[in-house]
Amino acid sequence: MSDLGFQPHDEIPATEAPRRTGIGVFLRWEVLLLVLLGGTIAYGAAVSPYFLHSTNLFYISLNVGEVAIMALPLTLIVVTGEIDLSVASMLGLSGVFMAELFTHGWPIWPAMIMAVVLGAFLGAVNGFLVTRLGLPSLAVTIGTLTLYRGIAQGILPTDTIGGFPTGLASIGVVPIPHTHIPYSIAFFLALAVVFGIVLHATPLGRAIFAIGAGQEAAFFAGIRVKRIKFWLFVLSGTLSGFAGVLWTLRFASARYDAGVGMELLVVTIVLLGGISIFGGRGTIAGVIVAVAILGSLQTALTADLIPAQDQNIVVGILLVASVIVPNGGELYRRARARLRSAEARRHAAAAAKAEGQ
Amino acid sequence: MTAVAEEQKVIQPQGSSRAFAEVLLRFRELGIVLALVLVVGATTIDNHLFLSATNVQQVLSAASIIALLAIGETIVIITRNVDLSIGSVLGVSAYASGELYVHHPHVPLALVFLLALGIGVVCGMVNGLIVTVARVPSLVVTLGTLYIIRGIDGAWAGGNQVNASMLPNSFNKIGYGTIAGVPYLGIIAILAVAIATYAMRSFRTARDFYAIGSDPDAARVAGIPVGWRVFLAFVLSGAIAGVAGAVWLSYYGSVDAIAGAGYEFQVIAAVVVGGVAIFGGSGSVLGAALGALLLNTINSALVVVNVSSFWSQALAGGLLVGAIAFDRLIAVRVAPALRTRRRERV
Repeated sequence: MSDLGFQPHDEIPATEAPRRTGIGVFLRWEVLLLVLLGGTIAYGAAVSPYFLHSTNLFYISLNVGEVAIMALPLTLIVVTGEIDLSVASMLGLSGVFMAELFTHGWPIWPAMIMAVVLGAFLGAVNGFLVTRLGLPSLAVTIGTLTLYRGIAQGILPTDTIGGFPTGLASIGVVPIPHTHIPYSIAFFLALAVVFGIVLHATPLGRAIFAIGAGQEAAFFAGIRVKRIKFWLFVLSGTLSGFAGVLWTLRFASARYDAGVGMELLVVTIVLLGGISIFGGRGTIAGVIVAVAILGSLQTALTADLIPAQDQNIVVGILLVASVIVPNGGELYRRARARLRSAEARRHAAAAAKAEGQ
Repeated sequence: MTAVAEEQKVIQPQGSSRAFAEVLLRFRELGIVLALVLVVGATTIDNHLFLSATNVQQVLSAASIIALLAIGETIVIITRNVDLSIGSVLGVSAYASGELYVHHPHVPLALVFLLALGIGVVCGMVNGLIVTVARVPSLVVTLGTLYIIRGIDGAWAGGNQVNASMLPNSFNKIGYGTIAGVPYLGIIAILAVAIATYAMRSFRTARDFYAIGSDPDAARVAGIPVGWRVFLAFVLSGAIAGVAGAVWLSYYGSVDAIAGAGYEFQVIAAVVVGGVAIFGGSGSVLGAALGALLLNTINSALVVVNVSSFWSQALAGGLLVGAIAFDRLIAVRVAPALRTRRRERV
């Protein structure tokens, strides 16, 4: 059972692997996601004629840029069977730190670099507590979620820091020249390619899957379980810090509550992307499609004049659904087995009764 | 630490190992009381008004609401689950209670609390059903319902606010009334903690919670209906959060769409500081309630010693992380000692 498997669940050995024949081939999770993406885009296009306009697509991707970047390292962490709930708080604290350095006379570039370094450090704290002290990542990152956000609030209680150099701040809101791609999504796509290759085509990727499939087995197979997990948490912190820099530049201001509650979005993207919450399964491709779904869904809902609070209901339902649905087959099998055994019991009872007479 | 101690206590009701386990169990509550005395003492030396009746009453009242929530969260965490949705449940039930008074000003007090309880039970049932039937980790389910319930609250309340002037005096009095200097809220919390402590020690169902948290598979093999018990734990947690919503409204007097947002972290911090093992299977309601009191006392002390109250969230987070790390280190230290003890017996 993974550390995060807080819920006691049956470890029933999978006796029969689900066979993929005929139509089953098309029932891969990624295909479902593409259908869902098509549906979301159709909904968006129905709500607003400008939905598929290139400017709108630019804003869609701009809105999910930071979330998408943070989803990548979290994907690897969830594949190993851990979780990092503190990503949004690391984003907030890094942004505040960068702005504080900047107002204290640091040039902007070193301040940005230091913010990313701080993110790496915050991630290392998570990693240390999880791997060296052996604490459950769920509890650790709930704690650091509160701690990091609290430190940001302590440093910058009610003010907003702005006044960043306009040239740099504008990369948060303008596309890369001659394209309609925001910088943040360009970073995301480049990172996604790297993450995809590492996860699906290198020994390290195999090791990450192996850890998720069975931590002890992976350990005895010679995989440095703790070291890999530690560096994944550092990676998560680093990219959250980077996302914090992008966020601060996009809004041209730093506040302590930047991205508060965004862990919901990031976790939803990862789980919707088909990464098993129990670890050991999933693809980067799924996560990329999930980013597109979430991004268009949010914009479509906004275009449909649905307030942000209500959008959270939709995202929350999506989160819960994306963990229930993959379990659906298993649930169905279990229900059928239970029915069958009940029937068998009834038959046996009837037979015994008949014999008795 | 305490997980091992709890086991020992069950296995070996007599002899020296029991005394040892008892010391370990008492240690945490004693430690919190000591910390409380220390904080109160140091702050009072700095400013003698800290121990004034008004301030003590205020701290006690604010801590009472967290302590109430902590009872439910303790039960859930003992079963090796977690309930992140309690802040949202509190918010929606507080708003519902306020709305009930706005539309029916003369509704009896009992009905308001019944409504709050009902809302909490429904929310708890939803959590419990998804966790036990769909076998989804409670972390994901309750993270989802945290936002779903908060979203429903927001959609319902919009920008509305219910003020104390719209509430009857008899209801407001629960929040500020006192008996012999002790606020009603404090009495409610103390009674609730006393009942819960007794129940968690003596009721068979409650012992099942501990068994499930210690080892879910063993509990199942032992014939404990694990699914039903976990479901019950979530219903209890939801029910308590629902009632706490009505209590919250009577204390703060006004409610809007963000009432109780972020309470889940304060409560989990209180529970963990109070010695409830985050791995499940051990801990006491009394410890969790003391943890809530300690957290609120420190928050109040910060203001007195002129530290901005904006640091209180960082403090809660720091204490949470510190407490689980501390528990782990103690466990690593104590485990070998307990092992040798067991070997000697054999």
